[in-house]
Amino acid sequence: MKIKVTRDIFIPVASVLVALGFGAILIAAQGHSPLQAYHVLIVKGFQSTVGLQSTLSKAGILIMSGLAITIGLRAGLFNIGAQGQVLSGALAFTYIGYRLHGVPMWIHIPVALIVGAAFGAFVGGFAGFLKATRGVHEVISTIMLNSIMAGIVDYLTQNQFRLANQPNTRTPDILHSARLPHIFGYPSGFLIAVLLAGFVSWVLKRTTTGFEFESVGRNRYAAWYAGISVKKTIILGMLVSGAIAGFTGAIFSSETTGYFVPAFYSGIGFDGITVALLGRANPYAIIPGAIFIGGMRSAQSAIQFEAGVAPDIINLLLALVLFFATAPLLAQLIRSNTKSITTTSGWGS
Amino acid sequence: MQKIMMKIRFKSWQFALFLLSLALWIYCYVADSGITNSVVASGMRFGMPLALAAMVGIMCERSGVINIGIEGTMLLSGFTGFYVASYSNNIIFGLIIAILTGMLTSLVHALMTVMWKMDQIIAGTIINILASGLTSFLYKEGSTVPNSWPIFDIPILSRIPLIGAALFSQQGPIQYFGLILIPAIWIMMNKTRWGLRTRSVGENPGAADTAGISVIRIRMTNVIIGGAIGGLVGGFICLELVGSFSKDFTAGAGFTALALMIFGRWNPLGAFAAAILFGLAQALATQLQIFGVDNVPNQFITMLPYVFTILVLAFSAGKVRPPAAAGKSYEKEQS
Repeated sequence: MKIKVTRDIFIPVASVLVALGFGAILIAAQGHSPLQAYHVLIVKGFQSTVGLQSTLSKAGILIMSGLAITIGLRAGLFNIGAQGQVLSGALAFTYIGYRLHGVPMWIHIPVALIVGAAFGAFVGGFAGFLKATRGVHEVISTIMLNSIMAGIVDYLTQNQFRLANQPNTRTPDILHSARLPHIFGYPSGFLIAVLLAGFVSWVLKRTTTGFEFESVGRNRYAAWYAGISVKKTIILGMLVSGAIAGFTGAIFSSETTGYFVPAFYSGIGFDGITVALLGRANPYAIIPGAIFIGGMRSAQSAIQFEAGVAPDIINLLLALVLFFATAPLLAQLIRSNTKSITTTSGWGS
Repeated sequence: MQKIMMKIRFKSWQFALFLLSLALWIYCYVADSGITNSVVASGMRFGMPLALAAMVGIMCERSGVINIGIEGTMLLSGFTGFYVASYSNNIIFGLIIAILTGMLTSLVHALMTVMWKMDQIIAGTIINILASGLTSFLYKEGSTVPNSWPIFDIPILSRIPLIGAALFSQQGPIQYFGLILIPAIWIMMNKTRWGLRTRSVGENPGAADTAGISVIRIRMTNVIIGGAIGGLVGGFICLELVGSFSKDFTAGAGFTALALMIFGRWNPLGAFAAAILFGLAQALATQLQIFGVDNVPNQFITMLPYVFTILVLAFSAGKVRPPAAAGKSYEKEQS
């Protein structure tokens, strides 16, 4: 990957600064000190060991959900339903994680991860199937599937999968044999995520499947003319994207929570969109953005306790970063450097 | 009349569905007019915001711009409309601000998609994320709006048996306004010079450009007019229907509206019919739940509109043809 200074360094940094500036105005308008808020962000997100561990753990998750979106974008599919796939993968993993007794870790973790990924793939693949066979645009179908999955998961957690005699609704604890070990106190999920980024990059660059994804993503008519089955690629693209999202949810359950409560997972899929777009759908380029967003997320609750600012400020800041990084004025700069990522060419396609 | 029927292009199964629902409606009305009226009226209330939101989509897409940001437009304008109405204690002022907010949001969308030629779906998604972030950060609990929004009967029309009580009584002004606005959009789209230009820009911008129509200007105007309607819907929900603002109140309605637009084949009347059908289904489900007819868990009832949206698309999307240039930014050819 060739790094271009304007596109890859100047624009992301500038958009972060501009977004922080706007955020400061809004924080000040609410009568809080923006400097104190940002100080908390930096200290809690990046300075202390605990903060750094939590940041890297969150960053790993965001790299993976960003990869799910990225591989879709490269195949011309905008999977904004990663959230639903994350949820289904996480619940499936949790179920295997607490149900499968008496197996060693080296069997339990892979089996549960595969099941999690399979459930994510099922949800994503369904959207791909609808697009390929019925022409249903994936943006609408996956958004709807998000809400549907949220409902199903909520129902299961409150009924079949519920841990009895507990005041709050949650599943039983995942067994120790399905919990990912930490490496020297640092989350192993981050390492897995970086390896996965390398794998996705390899698939896109060096394999036939990757070539088919790229061809269909750039120009599906040309791809069709070259003899690539566009329908098959669309279904496969959504399957893979969903599988990675499901895998993300599974890793998250294994590494951080240890049991399943739907609210734990909120925002993973949507932050993945921000991560993927900030990294311009490049598997390696999404990593810094994911670390940055992971830091913001891990400082989210501290910002309320220590600076008195509503935690929703993080959502706002991320939205502003995304807006300034991809949109107005700067878009001109980006466009003169590269062709922008094309995800769609209308409903019918 | 026949000409109009030709223009609307009823298909036989749609006509059959229409007759069937009419028969069902009359049967229920005869059996128990009170409940039937209340179900149909609440179906109208569920359906109208979706129908109007679908008009936003139609306005934009007939001119060739996909607007995924309807959701965000409604959210932002509902937010500003509600809080302005709350602080100024003036509900009309709030509504005006809501409409202006909608136009402003759409101006941003139009700049991104038409002027800077960004990917239209990504531009809309950014608007949605931004709207959700802004409104949830600035949200304050406990505000109320002055409770003076008028609810009235339309003098003569409300006396008509069957449709009168369901359509023309005990509704707010925007609900009635929608009944005028939607046919008006259909007439404008199909019978006026502006409509012809819009459609030509949406189908073949190159040819329209050659004929001397400014593609950029038509698209900018249409997206902004669409934004005004989107703002109206935001104000409609927060000021008239619900009377309060809650975080992420749109909950996917903007996407459902797009599905209904596709189901209605980018035709304002078709989308309206689809939205009303959708609203009726939801009203019926709610009524059944009140009666305790179904012991289906709550989660599955809330899921219904989403399942419905996917089904609607699965049965219609592949068969209909969107405006040919929808989603493609127009690049003037350089000689």
